[in-house]
Amino acid sequence: MKSNLKVFFKGVIDVSPLMIPVVPFGLIFGVLAIDIGFTPFETMGMSLIIFGGASQIVLLQLFSGGASSLVIISSVGAVNSRHLLYGAVVSEHLSDLKLTWKIIISYFLIDQAFARSNEYLKKNKEKNKYFHLIGGGATCWVVWQSTTFLGIILGAAIPDKLGLSFAVPLTFLALLVNDFRKLVNVVVIIISGLVATFGFNFIPYKAYVIVAALVGLFVAMILTKMIKKYE
Amino acid sequence: MNDWALIIYCGLITFFTRFSMIALLKKEMFNDRVREVLSYVPSAIFPAIIFPAVFLDEMGFLQFENNPKILASIIAVIIGILSKNIIATIVAGLAVYWFLIFI
Repeated sequence: MKSNLKVFFKGVIDVSPLMIPVVPFGLIFGVLAIDIGFTPFETMGMSLIIFGGASQIVLLQLFSGGASSLVIISSVGAVNSRHLLYGAVVSEHLSDLKLTWKIIISYFLIDQAFARSNEYLKKNKEKNKYFHLIGGGATCWVVWQSTTFLGIILGAAIPDKLGLSFAVPLTFLALLVNDFRKLVNVVVIIISGLVATFGFNFIPYKAYVIVAALVGLFVAMILTKMIKKYE
Repeated sequence: MNDWALIIYCGLITFFTRFSMIALLKKEMFNDRVREVLSYVPSAIFPAIIFPAVFLDEMGFLQFENNPKILASIIAVIIGILSKNIIATIVAGLAVYWFLIFI
């Protein structure tokens, strides 16, 4: 059996290439949070406590738009619901672990670490294979905290007119690159976007993110069902 | 609610969506159909952030004229389709956007 440390570093090495896009994401988050008016402590606190890029950006976006806390929290929950998808896959490899380890892994389990470790967990049978997940997660953690910190420092120096707020929609757009070629995804993307844009002023409490997402999922449900029928 | 309470609640909800899937979920809880629909969550939710930020002005009105974000987003999508690369997509979009606002 490989040593724990060896498996840990295998996780570090496997996840490292996926860290390249995380760097600008973290920088943008740090810069924007300061721009919106959060203190450096609060900004660092967000990265330490939440530790989730999409969640943190949604928080900033809705906070600067004046949404209520309840709407912000439930929107963050909606953004995170994509994680539920991973559960079915990864939980079977971790069912024998102690609760403490489950808690630690839950904090570290972000998209990138999951993507890489899932392949490793499937292929390996050793008892300590979960150290791979911890290695990958820890790598993401270090990159995310240090780029947030750099963003905070840069935030004070970067002028407003650079229009960095545009980096938010751009970053989310980039997260969808693998979906642009799939017809159902494209339809869902356009419908959700239209609902959010036209509902922005009419849907109360700034709940447009949640409403648009639900409509989008509903459309996905119908379309995938229709496709099966005609296959 | 003060900022710190908000941050902590958002942290808790993020943690518990991850934790619930590790600690509570069993493979049998999700059939293929539920998994299939859940795979559309990013496509359903991210556009709700993207579209208003691109098409609406600061007052929340539709803005089609003098809006460099639209062209920059279109170019970013094209680069995204061609390259399937996250960094290339962000860089292309920002480059076009800066080109349009500074020149």
